Order: sequence, then structure tokens, then C-alpha cells
Amino acid sequence: MTTPARHTARPDAPDDRPGPEPDPGELPRSEPESGGSAPVPRTRRGVALVLGAGLAGVLVVLVLVSAGTGAYGIPVGDVLGSLAHRAGVGGAALERVPESVLWNVRLPRVVLGLLVGGSLGCAGALTQGVFGNPLAEPGVIGISSGAAVGAVVSIAFGLGFLGTWTVSGCAFAAGLVTVLLVYVLARSGGRTEVVTLILTGIAVNAFAGALIGLSVFFADNAQLTQITFWQLGSLAQATWPKVLAVLPCALAGLLAAPFFARRLDLLALGERPARHLGVDVERLRLGLILVVALLTAAAVAVAGVITFVGLLVPHLLRMAAGPGHRFLVPGSALGGAVVLVGADLAARTVAQPAELPLGVLTALLGSPFFFWLLRRTRRRQGGWA
Amino acid sequence: MIGRRGRAAAGAAPVRVPAGSTAAEARGVRVRRAGRTVLDGVDLALAAGEVLALVGPNGAGKSTLLGALAADVPPGEGSVRLAGVPAGTLSARQLAVRRAVLPQSSAPAFPFTVAEVVRMGRAPWAGTSHEDEDETAVAEAMAATEVTAFAGRPFSALSGGERARVALARVLAQRTGVLLLDEPTAALDLRHQEAALAVCRERAAAGDAVAVVLHDLGQAAAYADRIALLTDGRLTALGRPDRVLDGEVLTGVYGCPVEVLPHPRTGAPLVLPERGRPTSGGSGESGGRRGSRAG
Repeated sequence: MTTPARHTARPDAPDDRPGPEPDPGELPRSEPESGGSAPVPRTRRGVALVLGAGLAGVLVVLVLVSAGTGAYGIPVGDVLGSLAHRAGVGGAALERVPESVLWNVRLPRVVLGLLVGGSLGCAGALTQGVFGNPLAEPGVIGISSGAAVGAVVSIAFGLGFLGTWTVSGCAFAAGLVTVLLVYVLARSGGRTEVVTLILTGIAVNAFAGALIGLSVFFADNAQLTQITFWQLGSLAQATWPKVLAVLPCALAGLLAAPFFARRLDLLALGERPARHLGVDVERLRLGLILVVALLTAAAVAVAGVITFVGLLVPHLLRMAAGPGHRFLVPGSALGGAVVLVGADLAARTVAQPAELPLGVLTALLGSPFFFWLLRRTRRRQGGWA
Repeated sequence: MIGRRGRAAAGAAPVRVPAGSTAAEARGVRVRRAGRTVLDGVDLALAAGEVLALVGPNGAGKSTLLGALAADVPPGEGSVRLAGVPAGTLSARQLAVRRAVLPQSSAPAFPFTVAEVVRMGRAPWAGTSHEDEDETAVAEAMAATEVTAFAGRPFSALSGGERARVALARVLAQRTGVLLLDEPTAALDLRHQEAALAVCRERAAAGDAVAVVLHDLGQAAAYADRIALLTDGRLTALGRPDRVLDGEVLTGVYGCPVEVLPHPRTGAPLVLPERGRPTSGGSGESGGRRGSRAG
């Protein structure tokens, strides 16, 4: 065999080159450099930790402030006292009126905001991961409107076969059908092109709009008002039963999501490379689509269509802490909750005593971000194609 | 849940075979795509400890054959075995600890850093005893492909050749007994082409089975133990480089006059298109240069 001879001859060849010791030099050099490479993920991990802790801190403050702020002001100290009292760890009950305002009006709304925001943020991160596309967001690609069709139909036709869970259930079923539809329509050859994805979103949104219009046409006046308010996106109708109605969907989705994180990282390499690294891609996709539908349905069923939270939050976190899904997925849930509780606080305080629709507010703030994102990407890599 | 089941089963079946025995095998593999027969009854056995080069014209079925050996697509007819086990019976996880695949091109959808991408190659070993090797496997793979210097840069910020080296590093870090590489040298400069093929030889010397799709027949001659020449989905020739690389056969296969000359110093076969013939005027110069060096 000639090959082994040539193989053994090869180490001589580098000796003729200007750099005479590439082979011995490389091995020791790799040690400190791999040590130097490690801090990169480590700093990203550091950023992620700080960011996670920061978001959690902000969220706690926002929850307390939001619970105390409104037409009937309650000092944060009293809020804490009442919370501690109910939890049975000291504190004291408030007077009858503030206690009632806090527990029957404010807290259900804040908790609903946490659940909806967390669901939207998390669903955004998962959708972007499963489509391998930073523009995929339940609102943009039509999943939210799909879920909205289910909810609107159930309101307009006075459906009640699942009791308080009827609207959630219909939203979930319609959301699931829509995700599957978008997925099948927008993918070809294992890839989702941005243009196809966005165009599919436009088509799905148009179709959903028509179905919603049809439902509105058949609805009576009381249902019409309910549908209109719900469409604008709002947490104003929050009650404990509503919280309970979305809790199963939202909680199931939020608890399941982190288990997909490691495989989502691998999926980012592409379908074939992910399969080569041991990911059962079909199964992963199916699971993710189910979780996205759960989360979107939970959010849409109670709060209407609230767009851009799922786009904005994962994007900002990815810029700050890198694209690793182990932080991105739970981080986006946390960030989504912060944004939604904050936005809701703003929605009901900036134009007091009137209340802005939450969905309108997030779209007002979210759309400029979308513009900025488009311009930034265009500058950096010549746009998405 | 998927992981745990795969892990237990992956531990049970053999992951490697001793050098010299068949590590991956395609038998009578026929693949049809969009009404066209891409692979037409190919028999090929890849042995542990050898570098096998897959060569042939564009569209001859090299990548499809590599994909069949990787168990990417179940063949329409025929069978694929990895270490004697039918590939269809292995889970994605079990396959991932047996063979690593370098695709022609791939870019992550999100801005992962080079170090993060290479580390993804260790994913199949998570939760096994081999997890302890993660750090050394990643460091060695990055050193072998010379990507350590930009470990912290996002993959999306790299040039084509740098990306190809990072992709190769990820595949090397997987440390499987079977390596299936689709044109690992395509985007690389001369120095890194040689380095990539030297890594193939090292892995084969360490007992791994390496199949590599190459376009440069000279490289195939220099680095491969055996060459498989594919034409229109069939195996035209299979064997030692000096047997397979025949001027007449290659001329027929590539549809262009090819000559095979011994290297003036080493005697290794050099494969060159016949330039300097009256048919193409511009290349007469290169023919002249070659002549003068030989003289």
C-alpha cells in the first residue's frame, strides 16, 4: 500500500514551511485557547443569570405596584401585608373595601397578566425555534387569529358545552388546526422561507378575519360588544374563574416548554443535522406545535389577540444572552410576563379614568420595533430572503 | 423521555466494530427521487480503519449514497446496516452515537457561537459515560480544524471556508466510529483541505470508518485507501486508487479527456484533464507549465 507511506511522510512536509512547528505548537496552544473560548459561553451564561434575576426582580416589583395602583390606591406595604396574611405568614387583613378591591379586582387581573404574558413570550420563543426563523410569532403568522376564530365562534353562537372552559377549548382547537396548517403550507423541503411564512400568515389572517366577520354578522348586540372588546385585547374582564379557565393550558405549556430547549438548539442547525445528532425531529415538531397551540390558546382565549409580545421578547433576550434555548425559553416566559403586566399597568393608568385596550397598546409599541428589526437585518445581512 | 429510552438501548447494542470489519454496509440499495432512479442497486461495504473516497460526476449519486449509509432515507430497495445492525431498527439517538455526518452546507438559524456549535456535536453522548470526554473532544476537534482562534465568534459572522471547518469540527467532536463527510474540502483553501484530509487519515488510523465525497481525484488518490467511482447511480469501479484511476475509464465517466500521470517524485497518481490540446487554446499555457516542471 502506498497510502501509509505517504501518510507517514506527511509530518515532514510542514517542516519545510516557514512555521516549522505547527504540529507540536498547536497542541499546547489549544489548551489556553480552549480556556479562552470557554469564557464566551460562560459570560453568556453570566448574562443570562443576571438577566433572569433582573427580570424576576422587576416582575415582583411590577406585580406589587400593579396590585396597588388604580382608581382605589393601596400602598405596596398593605399589599404585602394582605398577601402575607392570606398565605398565613404574619401580616394583617386590610379593611373590607381595599381587601375586596385587591383580591377580587386587582390580583385576578395581575395573575391573568402573568399567565398571558408568560404564555405569549414562551410561545414566541418556541415558534421561532420550531420554524428556525426569528420572525415566526403566533400573531404574525396567523396562529393567534386562528385561535381567535375559535373563541369568537364560541361567543357568537353561545356555545357552552365545556362550561367555563368552552372559549379556551375552542380557541385551543382552532389554534392547533391553524399551527398545523401554517406549518404544512409554509414548509417545503425541510425549510421555511421567510417570504413564504409571512405570506402564509397574511393568507391565514385574512381567512380568519373573514370567519370572525361572519361570526360577528350572526351575533346579537350583547355578543357583539363582548366580541369587540375581546378582539381589542384586554385583561379588563379578569376574574378568578377566568384565571382558572386558562390555568391548565398555560401551566401545562409553560412547564413542558423547557424540556424542548436542548433539542431546539440542535434543531437550529437544520433538520438533517439535528437528526444526525440524535433528535427525533418529527416527534419534536409535533410536541412543539402542541405546546405552542396550548400557550397561544390560553392567551387568546382570555385576553384576545395581543401581538408582538412573542416577537419582541425572545428577540431582545437573544441579543442580550445569546440564542441558547435553555435560557431563551424560560427567559421569554419571564420577559413576556414583565411586558404584559407592565403594559396592562400602563393601559389602565395613562388615560385614567379611561382604559386603553391592551392589544392596541402592545401593537402601538411593538410595530415600531418590527420596523427597526427589519431595517437592522437589512443593514446587516441584506434582509431576509 | 425519548432520551432515556434511546440511551438505554444505545448502551445495549455495539457502537463500534474492530478495525478491518464492516462498519457500514449498503446492499442492493436503490433510491428513486421525483421519478428518477438516483441510486440503482449499489453494494458498498465501509470497513473500520479505512478512508473510502466517493467520486464521480455531478448527479452521479454520491451524496445520496452517503445519505443512505447515514440512514437518512430508507432505501426503496436493499438494506443498510451499521455495525451489522439494520439501520431501520435503530433510533435517531442510537444512530447518532454510531455515525456522524457532515452535510454539504448548513448554517444555524440563530447566531450561535463557534464553540456552541462544536459543542452540539456532543449532544448524542449526554447522559452517558462518554459525557466526561466532552471538553477534550470539543477542544481537540477545534484544534484539528484550526477554529479555536475564533471560538467565541458567532457562526453567522464567519466566511464560507471557516464555516465549513466549524461544521467539520462539530462532526469530529461527535467521536463516532463511522464518519460520513460530504465534500469536506469544497470551501477550503489548500492548507485546510490537506489538514481536513489528514484528519480523515488520523481517524481511520485510530480505527474509525471514514467515507468522504471528493471532487479532486488527486486528493482521493493521495488520501483514500479505496475509491468508489459512481456513474448514473451505479458503482462503476471500486478498489485501490491506482486500480480505479484509469485515464480511459475516467474519460468515459466524466465525458472529458482525462490523463493519469505518476507524480515525478512520489509516483502517486496525478489526475488531470487533458489540457493543451488544440480544442482549448487558453489552457495550453498550463499544459506547458506542467511539461516544464516534469522536465
